[in-house]
Amino acid sequence: MERTLINLVDISKQFGDTLVLDEMNLTVRENEFVTLLGPSGCGKTTTLRIIGGFVQPTTGKVIFDGKDITKLPPNKRPVNTVFQKYALFTHMNVEENIAFGLKIRGKSKDYIRDKIKYALKLVNLDGYEKRSVNALSGGQQQRIAIARAIVNEPRVLLLDEPLGALDLKLRQDMQYELIRMKKELGITFIYVTHDQEEALTMSDTIVVMNQGYIQQMGTPEQIYNEPENAFVADFIGESNIVDGVMLEDRLVEILGVKFPCVDEGFGRNKPVDVVIRPEDIILSETEPGLLDGVVTHLIFKGVHYEMEVMAGGYEWLVHSTKCFPVGTKVSLKVKPFDIQIMNKPESEDEMAVEIDG
Amino acid sequence: MGKKSFALPYVVWMIGFTIIPLAMIVFYGLTDDTGAFTLENVAAIMTAEHAQALWLSLGLALVSTVICLVLAYPLAMILKSISKNRSSLIVFIFILPMWMNSLLRTMAWQTILSNQGILNLILEFLGLPAVRIINTTGAIIFGMVYDFLPFMVLPIYNVLIKIGQDKVEAARDLGANGVQTFFRVTFPLSMPGVVSGITMVFVPAMTTFVISNLLGGGKILLIGNVIEQAFTSGSNWHLGSGLSLVLMVFIFISMAILAKYDPEGSNVV
Ligand SMILES: Nc1ncnc2c1ncn2[C@@H]1O[C@H](COP(=O)(O)OP(=O)(O)OP(=O)(O)O)[C@@H](O)[C@H]1O
Ligand SMILES: [Mg+2]
Repeated sequence: MERTLINLVDISKQFGDTLVLDEMNLTVRENEFVTLLGPSGCGKTTTLRIIGGFVQPTTGKVIFDGKDITKLPPNKRPVNTVFQKYALFTHMNVEENIAFGLKIRGKSKDYIRDKIKYALKLVNLDGYEKRSVNALSGGQQQRIAIARAIVNEPRVLLLDEPLGALDLKLRQDMQYELIRMKKELGITFIYVTHDQEEALTMSDTIVVMNQGYIQQMGTPEQIYNEPENAFVADFIGESNIVDGVMLEDRLVEILGVKFPCVDEGFGRNKPVDVVIRPEDIILSETEPGLLDGVVTHLIFKGVHYEMEVMAGGYEWLVHSTKCFPVGTKVSLKVKPFDIQIMNKPESEDEMAVEIDG
Repeated sequence: MGKKSFALPYVVWMIGFTIIPLAMIVFYGLTDDTGAFTLENVAAIMTAEHAQALWLSLGLALVSTVICLVLAYPLAMILKSISKNRSSLIVFIFILPMWMNSLLRTMAWQTILSNQGILNLILEFLGLPAVRIINTTGAIIFGMVYDFLPFMVLPIYNVLIKIGQDKVEAARDLGANGVQTFFRVTFPLSMPGVVSGITMVFVPAMTTFVISNLLGGGKILLIGNVIEQAFTSGSNWHLGSGLSLVLMVFIFISMAILAKYDPEGSNVV
């Protein structure tokens, strides 16, 4: 495991009366690809700006490589940012934009020229040196913004939705390119997105945020397969989230039907949230003792069929390669391992995160 | 079709108030009393008295433009930082004097600066020696700066408030300190405002005769005064027009030089 590079310690940020970040703690290791993921307005950009030095936290400390840099101005921090709105210098051409940081650092002309060439190649815009940045498309501008940041070889690159302006195809290409660049350059990425698929594909670690709280931090697999609360489950991928009662260890009652599961330690007769992914539900002919329902919707999605099944008073979302026409009576089966049990939110704060999803 | 008819009032305006007067100046400037073509009126600029007035005008206009720029830039930056936090009332208060007749304002300064004026009364009251400011080139420069300063501040302010904070942040992010950010990003981006500010100060300063009349005591002749006198006391429209043409050429040349520093040719305000 690589050593710790950045530590956010009890960071809170208040704008006027609104608390945007609440006692956030985050550790980023050297060479890690960390993604901050969450809905609009949850504080992702603010977190990035605190690391970049553009926003002073109300309380808390930013530790970089063991040193407290909370009070350090942006130009003294070994990080570079790819801004959400590119922020290119419109009075300079592409080349001058990319050279900006290198000139400030007093690099030689030859060095700068080589770097520009290398960076433009990296972002697939060779030969664009003399273009005016005003004449570039949104996607090209975004790539110049990336080039402008990486030529400085920062220890950490902060990227605020760097692929937001690109169409799907270019976006996927650039995702791949960014990962390649990261490997080639060997730098730490802190990446902001509200696109969960992007987060799952690219990251070593995903930090799911909502309303200024970290909801869960983990590998993409952990976040997807073992969401810790209803918000994460709902935000990452599609899921069925229903009320349940944990009758005893390894047995949960969902909508009046007992399901074996693998979770323990919740106590007896404890109300819980149950998360079941649509692809984990197995439909079959009706069998006694199982949750029975009727198919109400059917859509062909290419790889699978998407069905809605009304069962136990809940509309279940089901993905299956088998087709059950609308009106078919079915039973719902779930393997014990695929049932995810979560504590119900206790505090008001935790409650708040459930509201939107 | 429709678009063309909308432009009609503008065309009429242009012909009535720009083309015809201009044509008349050209006509008068290039003819003598008998209506015969001559370059005499234009060449009259070569006479020692006229040439001196032209160079003095150019010098004073340059000096006051530079002083305006040096004062206006920080002022515009202060205005920007104030208006970001508070209402635009401050900006409004600042431009308020612009709506007052400049003749009146200049006359006020005449009374303040004159040898028995308010300034010297105050100095006397404080036991300080009196100053002789009125009727010097210094007084004229002061008047120009005072009259034209808002015309420099406003275009610069208008450009500054449009420069996104994000560009400043990007510069800081790339390692530039405050001073480097100003000279490499903020100032170059504000060039269109600076250029139109310079234009809006330099041109009236170059052509004014009111300020030099009132604060120069009629003893210091600028090219504006020479032209004015040719039209009024001299009743020589031909000479006045001829000299005006020369002045126009000078202004065109200065504008052409300026235009080089405003790559997009954007005119602010
Ligand atoms: N300078 C500021 N002054 C006041 N409020 C602010 C400021 N910056 C951000 N906020 C508020 O803080 C909250 C979090 O903003 P932030 O930009 O961090 O969100 P985000 O997660 O990046 O959202 P998005 O995905 O839309 O970019 C928002 O409610 C926003 O309105
Ligand atoms: Mg954001």
